[in-house]
Amino acid sequence: MTLRIEIDDLAKHFGAIKAVDGVSFSVSKGEVLGFLGPNGAGKSTTMKMITGFLTPTRGTVRVCGYDVLKDPISVKAHLGYLPEGAPAYADMTPVNFLHFIAEIRGIRGKEKKRAVESAAERARITNVMYQPIETLSKGYKRRVGLAQSILHNPPVLILDEPTDGLDPNQKHEVRTLINEMAEDKAIIISTHILEEVHALCNRNVVIANGKVRFDGTPQQLEAKSRYYNAVCVNVANIEQQAFANFLSSLEFVANVEQLNGSEGFRVYPKQGQQITAELSETIRGNGWEIDSLHAESGRLDEVFRSITMPNAESK
Amino acid sequence: MNMQSIWFIMKREFNGYFATPVAYVFIIIFLLLTGFSTFYVGNFFERGEADLYPFFSQHPWLYILLIPAISMRLWAEERKSGSIELLMTLPVSVFEAVLGKFLAAWAFTGLALLLNFPLWLTVNYLGSPDNGVIVASFLGSLLMAGGFLAIGSCISAITKNQVIAFVLSLVISLIFVLAGFGIVIDFFAGWAPPTLVDAISSFSFLTHFDAISKGVIDLRDMLYFISLIAIWLFANALIINARKAD
Repeated sequence: MTLRIEIDDLAKHFGAIKAVDGVSFSVSKGEVLGFLGPNGAGKSTTMKMITGFLTPTRGTVRVCGYDVLKDPISVKAHLGYLPEGAPAYADMTPVNFLHFIAEIRGIRGKEKKRAVESAAERARITNVMYQPIETLSKGYKRRVGLAQSILHNPPVLILDEPTDGLDPNQKHEVRTLINEMAEDKAIIISTHILEEVHALCNRNVVIANGKVRFDGTPQQLEAKSRYYNAVCVNVANIEQQAFANFLSSLEFVANVEQLNGSEGFRVYPKQGQQITAELSETIRGNGWEIDSLHAESGRLDEVFRSITMPNAESK
Repeated sequence: MNMQSIWFIMKREFNGYFATPVAYVFIIIFLLLTGFSTFYVGNFFERGEADLYPFFSQHPWLYILLIPAISMRLWAEERKSGSIELLMTLPVSVFEAVLGKFLAAWAFTGLALLLNFPLWLTVNYLGSPDNGVIVASFLGSLLMAGGFLAIGSCISAITKNQVIAFVLSLVISLIFVLAGFGIVIDFFAGWAPPTLVDAISSFSFLTHFDAISKGVIDLRDMLYFISLIAIWLFANALIINARKAD
């Protein structure tokens, strides 16, 4: 585990507004960190500070050991960055644009040609290389931005909403690309698309109002859901109230909730433990016939809400 | 300073002028206006002298109008499209970026100026001018164009709006030229102490360009334009550093 990005007590204040207020975390090689948070939580501002575009109000950022304030050029040389909205020089063609990026990044001669071709292939833009960027669709523009960010095979990749505004196929392609690169890089991806937590990331940091609210694996994030390991069970031909009382009396059950219609009950375990097998055995042990039984996984949207808006209704 | 970074930024910016019709429109207008001013305002034929003074002496006035049109996009467009975030997160320093862009605009102006070569052919066909004077005037005019461009580049950095950049650059350029204009000097000469009058006129492009347009390159005039360029570009870099993310 080599630490590639180290962020310590990072803050950015715009006047009285504390856009980022004391954020600390680090990312190692092989980690794909999903940076979650509602719009305006400070995700982009944090990324702009990591990449040296914004100067922090306080705190430090180190990329591959280089301090972004003391040696910004080395930091920028070691990272690839896709800014929000994937800005590019609109009147250039992707091939000229990527050659410019390669030249600026000190890639020369044959190596330059190879780097441009490889980045274009991986970002799947080889068929639009000679059209002005301004004439490309949103998906292609995004991928030109991605190609630009991975061109020099950087050890650190910072992607600000890489899949925002893409259709499901394009999202899938971008995710595949990121997964292909995940092994030997440290990657930070900001997103508010929760399905990407599982599709892309092996770690999540959730921020809200400029502060870190959660730092852990996607499983740990799910475990924060009250639905985590809850079991929906339906037993036919039984008096509902009696069955509910029976479920509540079990020692591993924390809470029981009746579902709509005749769909049975949702059983919440104590301390989020796995209860599916135990529950099914107990019910059968009483000679009842199970109609349906399935365990639920955590609901990320609910966790997201409860983490980022702790004061909102906790239904 | 990484010279290669400056070169690549300059190359991209220079090619950028030709990616749209802007470059061609500009060059055509520039040539029409230089032709018009040389023959009708400068009285090229009526003077009956084989030199290009009528051509060069009009340059300060042409540059007031035309140079802001070249410089207005340098940073305003970069900020508007958001590509400044890309540029400033590449491994280049702000000074390298400012210098690269400025040099691209300057090279473009030089190209437009060179395309006036038919005038030079004409004057050589009609008589036998002192071509050393013409070369010196050309270089002097280019130096002055650099001064206008540095002002325009700096102004372009304070706004995302190219029209505002154009108008502000034009006004500031006008002030720098007019400070040495007869009417302005007379206005101050009536009541202000002579040292102040001298100080005002010494800030003017006209004062420093007058000798140059006659082919006399004075070290002080060159230093004036070089330090003017340096100061405006330095301010340009400071503004970009402070406001790039706004």
